[in-house]
Amino acid sequence: MATAKLMDFDKALELFEPVLGFEVHVELSTKTKMFSDAPNFFGGEPNTNITPVDLGLPGSLPVVNGEAVRYSISLGLALGCSIAPSSRFARKNYFYPDLAKNYQISQFDEPIAFGGSVDVELPDGRMFTVPIERAHMEEDAGKLTHVGGATGRIQGAEYSLVDYNRAGVPLVEIVTDIIYGAEADAPELAKAYVATIRDIVVALGISEARMERGNLRCDANISLRPRTAPGEPPAPLGTRTETKNVNSLRSVERAIRYEIQRQAQILADGGTITQETRHWHEDTGTTSAGRPKSDADDYRYFPEPDLLPVVPSAELIEELRAALPEPPAARRRRLKQEWGFTDLEFQDVQNAGLLVEVTSTVEAGASPQAARKWWSGEISRIANARSAEPSSLVSPSDVAALVALIDNGALNDRLARQVLEGVIDGEGTPQEVVDARGLAVVSDDGALIAAIDEALAAQPDVLAKIKDGKVQAAGAVIGAVMKAMKGQADAARVRELVLERAAAS
Amino acid sequence: MARHDHELVRLSAAALAEKLTSGEISAVEATDAHLDRIAAVDEEVHAFLHTAPELSRRTAAAIDERRRAGEALHPLAGVPIAIKDVIVTNDMPTTSGSKILEGWVPPYDATVMTKLRAAGLVPIGKTNMDEFAMGSTTEHSAYGPTHNPWDLERIPGGSGGGSAAAVASFEAPLALGSDTGGSIRQPAHVTGTVGVKPTYGGVSRYGAIALASSLDQIGPVSRTVLDSALLHDVIGGHDPRDSTSLTDGWPSMAEAVRRADVKGLKIGVVKELDGDGFQAGVLERFREALDLLAANGAEIVDVSLPSLEYAIAAYYLIMPAEASSNLAKFDSVRFGLRVNPPGGGTVEDVMAATREVGFGAEAKRRIILGTYALSAGYYDAYYGSAQKVRTLVQRDFAAAFAGVDVLASPTAPTTAFKLGSNEGDPMAMYLNDIATIPANLAGIPGISLPVGLAREDGLPVGIQFLAPAREDVRLYGVGGALERMLEDKWGHTLISLAPDLAPGEMAAAQEGAV
Repeated sequence: MATAKLMDFDKALELFEPVLGFEVHVELSTKTKMFSDAPNFFGGEPNTNITPVDLGLPGSLPVVNGEAVRYSISLGLALGCSIAPSSRFARKNYFYPDLAKNYQISQFDEPIAFGGSVDVELPDGRMFTVPIERAHMEEDAGKLTHVGGATGRIQGAEYSLVDYNRAGVPLVEIVTDIIYGAEADAPELAKAYVATIRDIVVALGISEARMERGNLRCDANISLRPRTAPGEPPAPLGTRTETKNVNSLRSVERAIRYEIQRQAQILADGGTITQETRHWHEDTGTTSAGRPKSDADDYRYFPEPDLLPVVPSAELIEELRAALPEPPAARRRRLKQEWGFTDLEFQDVQNAGLLVEVTSTVEAGASPQAARKWWSGEISRIANARSAEPSSLVSPSDVAALVALIDNGALNDRLARQVLEGVIDGEGTPQEVVDARGLAVVSDDGALIAAIDEALAAQPDVLAKIKDGKVQAAGAVIGAVMKAMKGQADAARVRELVLERAAAS
Repeated sequence: MARHDHELVRLSAAALAEKLTSGEISAVEATDAHLDRIAAVDEEVHAFLHTAPELSRRTAAAIDERRRAGEALHPLAGVPIAIKDVIVTNDMPTTSGSKILEGWVPPYDATVMTKLRAAGLVPIGKTNMDEFAMGSTTEHSAYGPTHNPWDLERIPGGSGGGSAAAVASFEAPLALGSDTGGSIRQPAHVTGTVGVKPTYGGVSRYGAIALASSLDQIGPVSRTVLDSALLHDVIGGHDPRDSTSLTDGWPSMAEAVRRADVKGLKIGVVKELDGDGFQAGVLERFREALDLLAANGAEIVDVSLPSLEYAIAAYYLIMPAEASSNLAKFDSVRFGLRVNPPGGGTVEDVMAATREVGFGAEAKRRIILGTYALSAGYYDAYYGSAQKVRTLVQRDFAAAFAGVDVLASPTAPTTAFKLGSNEGDPMAMYLNDIATIPANLAGIPGISLPVGLAREDGLPVGIQFLAPAREDVRLYGVGGALERMLEDKWGHTLISLAPDLAPGEMAAAQEGAV
């Protein structure tokens, strides 16, 4: 694949105004699927978690999941939307083998929620209001695996396998209005917006919201329009691209930055942008052309005749409104205060998208500072090295358990990092890794004293210096002892004992 | 064959049920009698696409076993029933009359099948139909047409010609049909039998292979009004698997037949369905029936449904539009026929090749029509306008029912025509549905029952009654009463005039009587 020429980001911003739009799909964590009574769970043996409805077998009929409707109303309310007193499902008709019926049951001109907005906090603390056009319910498709091609994509594949376990999983698609005015903040805004949506659905308890698992998926639309001189009317909107497969917060930011630079270069060179989907490549940090996408794509929408309109009672809506959790911005202000974080510490956590993880770790018993330190430090470092999301590596309860082992002296920081690696590599809970690898700190003074005496005997000159009062010379002995103990000793205790033994000799 | 068997197949379901309940005959005997009859006549009639004699006998034997054990069974337990092949059955192939589903055995049962089995009825086979219920003759079946038992060269109606012919030729006392624009009622009309399209939502559609979801409705097919009512009572009622199924409690249809009386009943005669384009012999029998009703105390008034002239046009937009989407699932990926294009190809190529071979001409015609009607830029003009007409038709009915209890018309403009006579002229076939389509557009119930034979061709004529939504009982009331009056007048049932079809069998029966 030829590498696209990229314009410098600042230069691109000088010449063009980025215009954004996002479609975020949220998989709801209901007990059963959107239109069938199959458990809402996928993975495992392909095509085992299905009913005639999920397979679209002749004669089967969909039935709306009431829990999914309630979740969708709650989400709509949390996005500041109006809830339609009556909304309707429609059929979106197109042929694709992951779509069992060759139509998707979605909502078209009558979505359940519409006309809201979300306040998003930028990394420097400024707030940006993202307008929400609508949130609508629909069903997920099955999962295709393309076999035999070089890239694992459909082009060039010999054959494809379909797993319908995911078919019918309930989704809410949140569609923003056109977002103007993000300017140079566009990449950060994109990331912060998706993180905010994630915070909202997690707080509502309606989705696992794990981006790496596809619970939360973002399609990022972006176009550029040339800047005009002050007083002149704005230029018409540019042609947009829709970048898909952006499955981490970091990627959302990178993808937007990349597309701004790519599109700017093409436009500056006198080229035109093709209206198409773009496929994000996490490894190379680039996008490549997907399928052409036209506004005239004809899905032959019509009202789904197998379903009645969704007519939630005003009482239900008010009941769900009353049960809404604290909005993310207010919640952040509260947490920052409760945790006693500095502005910088809190922004670090938030910008890294670790608010949920730190919160859960604190809830599991760790101190806020320890939770912050592990998530922003070692876990993020490993995540970065492995191009993974920190949240996908280790659970908050394991982090809290690790912190507890440090607090009670069973581990030092160095050992704890080894234990963390063990946990991440799937060796079990922190305690299990400690046991299996024999990583606990040696707290038996007898063993330490034996090692110290040996080290002092081996370095008589050092012993002499210590006895002369040059206590900094003890470092060499401490190093030797720590080495002998394979690092599994509390260095402070070793130092105490070295001085003690030297004085006594 | 014993005379005993020959008489068994001529019994109504109600009479057969009595003999089963009293222990005079067993379910196995009843089933065998009908399987023998099928073996004797179905080569000519071709009402069935599939029978499973061993399976049916086992089912019947299990019923007998339960009865012997003293279990309280449903009154219809042990009565054989034929199933239109549009209804999925987990123990018999289900094709909806299409090559694209040849040999497909569904992994699940339709809700109506679950209810039938729970009541102990014995499914004896799957009946022929126009492909995906698209047609009025069964000539669009991928497996060859069904023949009208009254005249084997004529159509048995459609799409449910197989179910109507099975009942008319004594191959089964009961059958299930489905009615999207008349597919239960028009076959009843041309075969001298009874067919009922219930109120939309009165019977679960779960497991009925959809033609047009907003119009389809499963209903009973039989030789007597009471038998349809008994079957209706079994299959009706709310089903949580069908969101469009009504949650109402329903009164007993069978009770309505037994209490039937037309004194004081106000019957509206639909002006637009009583004249132009209707065969003279059809109108003659229709008017005689009205006279008989009037003589028995009914009040007959004229009623106009002005939007009716647009009903066929609206129907032939809504039905294909929904069908084009409903039939998209037949793509070879998960079930049914798969045709690989020569040299292989993409999944789209395989889908296209499969659909090219698997669908017949009428299915393709309606998929194309419907796809066009739903396309961007045409949606409002076609699908949108059709839905407005639908609303107008509903309003016409609401206005009419403000003044009358039921509406009446001939069920179809003509008696059974010759097989092949409308070939190549789909419009002529579509127009045959003029009297039945409005009920589907409005979601209201309708019944067709025989009122005699047309003077000019000696073929059966049916009368149709329509009632407001949820008032299916009114149809059974007026239908049951009219049937009794006619049979009193004639001194016999109409179906007793149907040709026997198996002279050899008749001879054997007569010998047995000696």
